[in-house]
Parts: sequence; C-alpha cells; structure tokens
Amino acid sequence: MAEETITIEVLRYLPENGAEPEFQSYDVPLRSDWVVLDALNHIKDHIDGTLSYRWSCRMGVCGSCGMMINGEPVLTCAAFLTKYAPGPIRVEPLAHFPVVRDLVTEVTDFVDKLKHVKPWVVREEDKPLEEGEFKQTPAELSDFKSYTMCINCMLCYSACPVYGLEPGFAGPAALALAQRYNLDNRDEGNDERMARLSNDEGIWSCTMVGECSEACPKDVDPAGAIQRYKLAGAAEWWKSFITRKGK
Amino acid sequence: MKKSNDAFWWTLFGGGGALTAMFVPALLFLFTIATPLGWVEGPSYANIAWLLMHPLTRIVAFGLISLSFFHWAHRFRFTLYDGLQLKHLFELIAVICYGGAIAGSLVAAYVLL
Repeated sequence: MAEETITIEVLRYLPENGAEPEFQSYDVPLRSDWVVLDALNHIKDHIDGTLSYRWSCRMGVCGSCGMMINGEPVLTCAAFLTKYAPGPIRVEPLAHFPVVRDLVTEVTDFVDKLKHVKPWVVREEDKPLEEGEFKQTPAELSDFKSYTMCINCMLCYSACPVYGLEPGFAGPAALALAQRYNLDNRDEGNDERMARLSNDEGIWSCTMVGECSEACPKDVDPAGAIQRYKLAGAAEWWKSFITRKGK
Repeated sequence: MKKSNDAFWWTLFGGGGALTAMFVPALLFLFTIATPLGWVEGPSYANIAWLLMHPLTRIVAFGLISLSFFHWAHRFRFTLYDGLQLKHLFELIAVICYGGAIAGSLVAAYVLL
C-alpha cells in the first residue's frame, strides 16, 4: 500500500528572481511522529534543496523554527503533521517581520528591542566578590521565574496585532523580559527601564489583546507581565504627580 | 519617544474595568433577573429609595458609573485607533472618548450628588 502523504504549501520568496512571493506545494509522507519541521527537512533533503528556513534544536528550546502554520504562529518542531491532516498545511514566514528569503525573517528589530530593555541584572554598584553571592529565596525566584522561560522565538510578535500596526512598539517578549529583571530582587534597574518603557512605544501601546500569551509555547504570559508593568507604571506616574517631581 | 499621559487614563480604565466586572453583573442579575422572576425576595421600593437617598450610596454609585464611562472611553479609543485604523484622528478621537466620559460623569454627578 502506498504511504499516505500530506501536502505542504510553502510560501517561497527568492529575491534573486525578483518575483513576488508565491506558494509552492510539496507532498510529504504523513507520519505520526513527524512535525512540520521534519516535513521541511524532508523537502530540503529529498525534493527541493533551494528551500530556506531556520531551525536548530528540534526540541522547543532554541526558538528559531517559529513560522506561520495555517495563519497561526507556532514552533514547527512542536506542530505534528497529524494535527493538520488531511491538509494541506500552509507554511509562511513569521508575520510582521521582513522576509529575507522563503521562511527566513529579518529579526534585527527584535534583537534591538531586547537590548533596549536592559535584560540583565543592573546594579548601581557592583558587589565585591569577597562579600559572596546574592541570596534569593524560592519565593523571590517565583516572582519572575515564569518570565525566564522565554526562548526569544518571536511568536508573540507575530501574534500581536499592535506590533503589526506599530513597528515601534517594544513588544511582548521584550516587555516581559524587562519585568523578569524588574521583579528580580538582585536588580536595581527598575527606574531606568521605567524611563525607557513608560511611554507610547512601551507598555502603554499594549491594548491587552492577549494573543501573545495564547501564542507563547513556553507559557510565559507576556500579556500578564505587561499588565503588571502598567500597574507599576501607573503607580509611578501618580507618585510623581503627587510629589510634583514632574513627569 | 515622548512621555505618555496614558498612565492617568489607564488608571481610570483599570479601576472602571475592575469595579464594573465585580459589581455590575451581580447588580444586573439581582435587580433585572432574579428579583423580577421571583427567585429572590428583593427589597421593597421604599427600601431601595431609602438606600439610594443615602449619601454614601450615591457616592459609590457615582464612582461606579463614572469609572465605567472611563473604562469605555479608553477601550473605545483604542478600538477606533487600531480596529478601524483611525490613528490619524488621534486628537479628535481622544477628545470625543474622554470628553464623552467626562460629560457622562458630570451628568451622573448632577443626578446623584
């Protein structure tokens, strides 16, 4: 009996051809243990070596194989073919990002936004080594631990309609990462991050659509992180308003 | 990047959303469904009238109504901006939405306080 197959429709864009992007269909074996990334690897290895896409770990850790599958941003290493049977399965590059080639997107904007939120432990003065390590209780860790699970896969940016409309928006992952450090008891960068993010391109651009948290493969809940950040931002604003330190 | 005064409007929006979500469904259920259908024995007209005459009740009712208006204003403003792609009418929309909430609050204050 012939092996069952499923059709994968991949959006191809080859800038050297100067042509508009168009879908190209490939039939691949419909195996119960295959994910969409396996199907793309099969296409690349056996059908069409010109197909370009990013991937690395194949286990939901590296965050590089995010693509749009049937219009939804997902990690292709976690998207089983059988879930989409009988198909066809439509595979496109992550929405809201410029496309370099086929399924490869240009992510400099995202990387710049990550850097902008200072995603590291900021200290006013470095503690001398001889004073020992920073202590942190499990309760203090649990304040921000879920936000540390982000793998920078950018699915939340593709899911976020605000980022699609306003490319200047810092975006879900960067703001959740800012909160990850704001809530870390070793960090002292809260004021600096607030000055950078309590504005029209930071937390106040978020309109709480919530799609980022739906799309997140690691249950980071960026939407929740941003709402907590807004509460802190509003408290800060009222404090400065009342004490007349100026906005 | 310019500083935002959204913190102010968001506080009213958030307060209105929280209060409305907590109290309005319960009030609507009690006074528009459960009491008319006889599921619960509601207070008499005289009792309700007495309760509403109390200054504290009026202040609470004003807060609930006014913050509900601001909740609507902030949400509707972004619905127009993003949903209908009217961001170029930034100032006009803000004036209409928040102005509407302020006007509604003034009417509520006139009636209740």
